[in-house]
Formats: sequence, C-alpha cells, structure tokens
Amino acid sequence: MQKLVQWIDERLPVVEAFEKHMSKYYAPKNFNFWYYFGVLSMVVLVNQLLTGIWLTMSYNPSAEGAFASIEYIMRDVEYGWLLRYLHSTGASAFFVVVYLHMFRGLMYGSYQKPRELIWIFGMAIYLVLMAEAFMGYLLPWGQMSYWGAQVIVSLFGAIPVVGEDLAQWIRGDYLISGITLNRFFALHVVALPIVLLGLVVLHVLALHEVGSNNPDGVDIKKNKDENGIPRDGIPFHPYYTVHDIAAVVVFLFVFCTVVFYFPEMNGYFLEKPNFEPANPLKTPEHIAPVWYFTPFYAMLRAVTIPFLGLDAKFWGVVVMGGAIAILFVLPWLDKSPVRSMRYKGWFSRIWLLIFAVCFVILGICGALPPNDQPYWLAPVCTTLYFAYFILMPFYTRMEKTKPVPERVTH
Amino acid sequence: MKRVLFTLLLSLFAAQGLAASDKVALDHVDVDIYDKASLQSGAALFTNYCMGCHSMKYARYERVADDIGIPHELYVDNLIFGDAKIGELMDIPMQSKMAAGWFGAPPPDLSLVARLRGPEWLYTYLRTFYKDESRPWGVNNAVFKDVGMPHVLIDLQGLCAEKPHTGGKPGIDPMSGQEIGVSGCQSYAVEGSMTPSEYNDAMRDLVNFLVYVGEPSKLQANYIAPFVLMFLFVLFVFAYLLNREYWKDVH
Repeated sequence: MQKLVQWIDERLPVVEAFEKHMSKYYAPKNFNFWYYFGVLSMVVLVNQLLTGIWLTMSYNPSAEGAFASIEYIMRDVEYGWLLRYLHSTGASAFFVVVYLHMFRGLMYGSYQKPRELIWIFGMAIYLVLMAEAFMGYLLPWGQMSYWGAQVIVSLFGAIPVVGEDLAQWIRGDYLISGITLNRFFALHVVALPIVLLGLVVLHVLALHEVGSNNPDGVDIKKNKDENGIPRDGIPFHPYYTVHDIAAVVVFLFVFCTVVFYFPEMNGYFLEKPNFEPANPLKTPEHIAPVWYFTPFYAMLRAVTIPFLGLDAKFWGVVVMGGAIAILFVLPWLDKSPVRSMRYKGWFSRIWLLIFAVCFVILGICGALPPNDQPYWLAPVCTTLYFAYFILMPFYTRMEKTKPVPERVTH
Repeated sequence: MKRVLFTLLLSLFAAQGLAASDKVALDHVDVDIYDKASLQSGAALFTNYCMGCHSMKYARYERVADDIGIPHELYVDNLIFGDAKIGELMDIPMQSKMAAGWFGAPPPDLSLVARLRGPEWLYTYLRTFYKDESRPWGVNNAVFKDVGMPHVLIDLQGLCAEKPHTGGKPGIDPMSGQEIGVSGCQSYAVEGSMTPSEYNDAMRDLVNFLVYVGEPSKLQANYIAPFVLMFLFVLFVFAYLLNREYWKDVH
C-alpha cells in the first residue's frame, strides 16, 4: 500500500493535494451549525448526479414518450420510484441547503475581502443551479412542466426589439415543444452539470487558497504558532470530516423521511398538475413555479406599472434579474470594518432580519395566486429586498461596531 | 437565528393553509392502501364501470393483482375483458379521437387521477351527479360543473333530483332535533340498487383503489423506510461517538 502510494505520488502529487485540502488545511475550530450546509450541498450534488445518471437510463426525452417513461420508471423499473424521488426531493433539498449556506455567508460576512471570488463563484453556482432546476423541471412533461417553461421562456420575449426572436431561439419552436424538451434534456444532463462541477471546484479551490471564515469573522492566519500553524485552526481531516459525517447522517435521516413518506411535500416538491401530461391546448388555472423560484416570481409579478414606454412585464424581468445580479456585487457593498453579525451594529442585524423575512414572504406570495394576497405585500417586500443591498454601504459605515476579539470564541 | 428558522417553518405551514382553500367543499374519505378487501372491491368496480371508457395505461394487470391479493387465474377470468395478457398495461381499445367526438373531450387516463385531484375530490365527485336536463346526458355534477361524463353508476346510486349538498358536517339541529348537514342527495329522481351508505362505501373502495394505483410504490416505500431510518439512526450513534472521541482534546 505504502509502495503504491509512493509510486503514484512520484507521478501525481496525490499526497500533497490531500495535505493541502484535507489533513493540513487548517479550518477555524469554532465552526457552528451553519457551517454544515456547504458539505451538505456537496452530498446533494452527488445524489443528483448518481440518481440522474440512472434515471437517464430509462427516461425517454421525447414529447410522445417522456411522461409515460416517468411512469415506467415509477412502476416497472426496479427501485425506479426510489431513484426518481431521490432526484426530485434532491432538487428541493439542494435549494434548502444552498439558501441556508448563502444565509450563513450573509450572517458572518464570508463574502468580505479576501473572499470575494469565493462568493462570486458561489453565486455563479446558484445561477447555474437555477438553470439546471428549471430545465430539469420540463423533463417529466407534465402540465406544470410545460406551462412553467412556457411562462419563464416567454419572459425573454419582454426584452425590447430582440425579445420575441430570442424566446423563439431558446424554444427552437413557436411554442414549447418536443424540440425544446430535447435541448433542455441535453443541457440538463450534460452541459450544465459539467459547468456546475467546474464551478464547485473553483469555489473550493478559492476557499482553500484564502482559508475559511468563521462565526467570529476573526482572521485565524494572523495568529500562528512556531510551526506556522494557526493557533485557532484545526486540520480539516480528521476533525471536520468526522464532524461532517454526523451531520450528513442527520441530514440523510430527514431527507429519507421526505423521500419515503412525503415525496410530494403537499404539492410543493412535486406539483399536482404535473400528474397530468402536458397539453398545449389547456392552460392550468394557476401556474406557480416550484417553491425555490417563488421569491423571484413574486418580484416579477410585483411590478405592474409600465415605465418609459416599456410595459410592466419588461420591468418585472429587470427587477427579477436585478434581484439576482445585485447579489454578485455584495462584497463591495458591505463597508463594515468587521465581518460577523456578532460584532456588527444593530442596523446590519435589523436589515438582515428584514431581508430574510422579506425573502420568505416573497416566496409565499409567489406560490399563491395574485388575488389571494394583499396587493401591496409583494411590492413592499421587493423594495425592502433591494433596500437591504442599496443602503448597505451607508448603514454599514454609519453604525457603531463592537471590537472583534483577537482569538476565536470556542 | 433560531427565530428566522422558525419563521421559515411557520410560513411554510401558513402557505399550505392558504393554498388548500377550494371552491367546492369536499367530503372527507379515509383511504387505506392496506385494506385489501376494499382495494379488491374497488378494482372490480373500476373494471366493470370505468374501464369501458377510461384506461389505466401506466399500470399492469399483474402488478395490480399481486399488490391487492387477487390470484392471477381469478383476475384473468373475471377482471380482464378481451384477450389481454396479465403482464400487459391496462389500456383500452377506445380511440381517444372518437371518444372526443362522443363526449366532447376524451375520457382521461385514470392511472394518476388520485394524485392529480386528490381522494377527497374523487370521493365527492363520484357521489354528486344530479339531474340536469340542460346537459347532453341529462346529468350534471356538483364538483365538476358541466362535466362531459354521464352518470355511469346510476344503477347503483340512482340519480339525485337536485344538486346534492357537499362537505357536510353532520349534526343535530338543536331547535328541531332533526339531523342536518349530511352530504348527499336530498331526494332521488331515479332510485338505485344501493342504499346511500352502501354507495358511499363502494365509492370509498373505488377511490381507495385509485389512490393505490396512483402510487403503487407507496407499499414498497412504507416497507423499506423503517429499515433505512433505523440504519441511519444507528449510524448516527457511531458517527456521534466517533466525533466526540476526536474532539475531546480540542480546546
């Protein structure tokens, strides 16, 4: 064994890589509950890749056969139902863990210098993940798959001048059809997963270059012992690997409970209209995207006033795009001298709370039909969502911060 | 931060409550996919009354027979009409193009109808046909207004003279002492062979069968789940102890 490792190591630096990223990667020892969601998103990613590969073995990507092939997987393929539920529940779980992972970043200032690139790669992952989820959702070829795709692709049509042509170019047809299904399938199972994996590698490499942040936002590299090892650091392997194993098991327990007992999650993970095959001639009463897109869908619908001669739909698309785009520049909006919420002032804390609450309310608004909610709710929450970012340079500079300790609190 | 999580959870439930509001009040039905007698009776009703027009083309006879406990021979003799083999899909010969001409819309496949509509909807729908001479088949439905389907179960239920009451909460009127709020027909235009309570039971069986066919994997999922969760629980104990062992020296 030793010899084999040595033989390989002379040709490929495996030992060095293992040390750099695992056994000699010093992570702060004060990680808390919020630091599990990075590794959990990795677990879900692997789940999606594996179950996805097996699903493609029985799936038929054609308008005539897609819906029936899903039911074939659910009924005739051995454990096909399990693969499919792992994959469909995994999609929702992915967004659960990613949203919590991002919230952790917001809370402890993990995007601040020198971790701007990690944040940007992370945002790119989020963007690709949204595209991946959207395209995957068309594949079962149910009513909601079809009409959801119809609504979202038609948004491109709101862009002045080139919009309609652009939407047609994306669909490859005058309406969502088997052609659209085929290209979405190709993108969903080949192109986007490759991009996603590449971005995940970049995200982790960038992280390991500058080191992990921690709940105190203390820079552990400032305080090293005589061997050059941070005094508040601890080797990622074995300390955090064993830590993460326990967390992964807890996560799997919850995940499997959903997979086995509540795969539809009351219509939030698998929407009821999707149990009916796509029918281009019959529009469902209420088209709602899956829960993880609803905050942005609510923002899209919140804009109802035409402006500068362009209709409201266009501005809705601008607001929706802006809501995601603004996250990319977050590292340069936060002017606070401290990273963590623990030492930031009350303004930052209250704004983060407002932001989180608004995001959740927008999520609920987006899932409901427009008439079942107060008309002002989504616009107000959209405004507050943007205010959190736009006002950040001001309130982070104005507020009084607490002194950051020299060492992490553990 | 716990508060944020709590708000998140709370809002999920709030959204559920709001989304659940329906236009027509539906009657509650207890489904139990382990009640084999009910499933068998439901399968018989489905084959005899529904399958003339409605396919169940994603399910297979054999799987259904095995899951609900009907011996193959018995199933082939009594519940497969025509020359279909037991391993085949439960499709029907009716052409949807012709059916669309006869009924206005082709009768939908019912493999997934319970997952699409929900058991309550089906249970209420099947019991609320009523006389309406303005419709082509002379019947209308309280849940599905102007439905294209005739009341095929008229032999069993009879036909309500007026639009039946739905979503009732049975009770006794304190003033008159009479029973009120009961769902169902007030009076019949045509008498059926079953009493209202017999018909309700029969429809419960039929709905139960449709729920089972919608997701036959549920039986397997319910069987495996405890083993998987138990394994994860035991694994957690070891993972927790391993973690504690490693971290006990870290200060």
